[in-house]
Amino acid sequence: MPVKVKIPTPLRKLTGNSGDVEIEGKSIGEMIENLEKSYPGLKERLCDETGAIRRFVNVYINEEDIRFMQGKDTSLKDGDEVSIIPAIAGGC
Amino acid sequence: MPSFTDEQIKRYSRHIILPEVGGKGQKKINNAKVFCVGAGGLGSPVALYLAAAGVGTIGIIDADVVDLSNLQRQILHATSDLNKPKVESAKETLTAINPDLKIVTYKEYLAVDNIIDIIKDYDIVLDGSDNFPTRFLVNDATYFAKKILVSGSIFRFDGQVAVFNHKSETSPCYRCLYPEPPPAGLVPSCQEAGVLGVIAGTIGTLQATEALKEILGIGDSLVGRLIIYDAFDMRFQVVKIHKDPNCPLCGKEPKIKELMAYEQTCHL
Repeated sequence: MPVKVKIPTPLRKLTGNSGDVEIEGKSIGEMIENLEKSYPGLKERLCDETGAIRRFVNVYINEEDIRFMQGKDTSLKDGDEVSIIPAIAGGC
Repeated sequence: MPSFTDEQIKRYSRHIILPEVGGKGQKKINNAKVFCVGAGGLGSPVALYLAAAGVGTIGIIDADVVDLSNLQRQILHATSDLNKPKVESAKETLTAINPDLKIVTYKEYLAVDNIIDIIKDYDIVLDGSDNFPTRFLVNDATYFAKKILVSGSIFRFDGQVAVFNHKSETSPCYRCLYPEPPPAGLVPSCQEAGVLGVIAGTIGTLQATEALKEILGIGDSLVGRLIIYDAFDMRFQVVKIHKDPNCPLCGKEPKIKELMAYEQTCHL
């Protein structure tokens, strides 16, 4: 079953300006691989060269941070909503 | 009822009439000392509302002068203030709204060697800075100095707000949320990427709201939650911020034991 993934505005140029995409995946890791297949370039923005999620990007399932669950191995279930939230620094 | 002048009773009557605030709460506001990092997009609504609310001492740091490109969002400053130091323009605007207050200005950059000495005089720090190195510096310094940090940030059509209560050992810190800044050059600054000016108002007023709640000790604090605002889709989202036992600053085995400076990622 696909889950809904919220794409932050800075990455929407990779999803054809779509803020919500539906992606298959049993885990966060699988979801990221499938995101990359549909929207090439996204994985590089989310993960470093070792494949780990970048330290200034957080991924949430509903309102929970996956770093406090099983990270990329955290399983996804029907109806889950995934949010990708990068750090932002502007105040100017 | 604490002592107020007739003028103060009238000025703050809409606060005093609130049972959750009252005369006692208004006195807390009048006695509060807050520090604003930046007199720009976020610092403007933050300082304006806190001054109007009667926050007795407001410190503001900003090394810049008012530029025409600031006026699309920095509502502390007017066209007649061009080329004036922002802290000077800010002080004039705030004093015009509320002459009762002590406005302390710092026309300098916040850095490893001055931040602790500056923030020691304040209870609450509101971060409205425009770059990651300053955000991490403000987080680390408020952690070491045990201050409440109300953090706001904006970028394009997005905003984030969080509160970190460094007086409490159970509160997470900004590094629990994001352990490290992005490497220089990877994330564009708002100067490069733009920002819808009004977003500064939305996020800054949320910061000012949380600061007043912390001063008053009322309501549900935002500590432990991150508010994410997406103006494009007009959506607010709230996610949890956990205290990270592996946090390099406030975790069980901290690696950061003193203030550190990151390379500037946003060249102005």
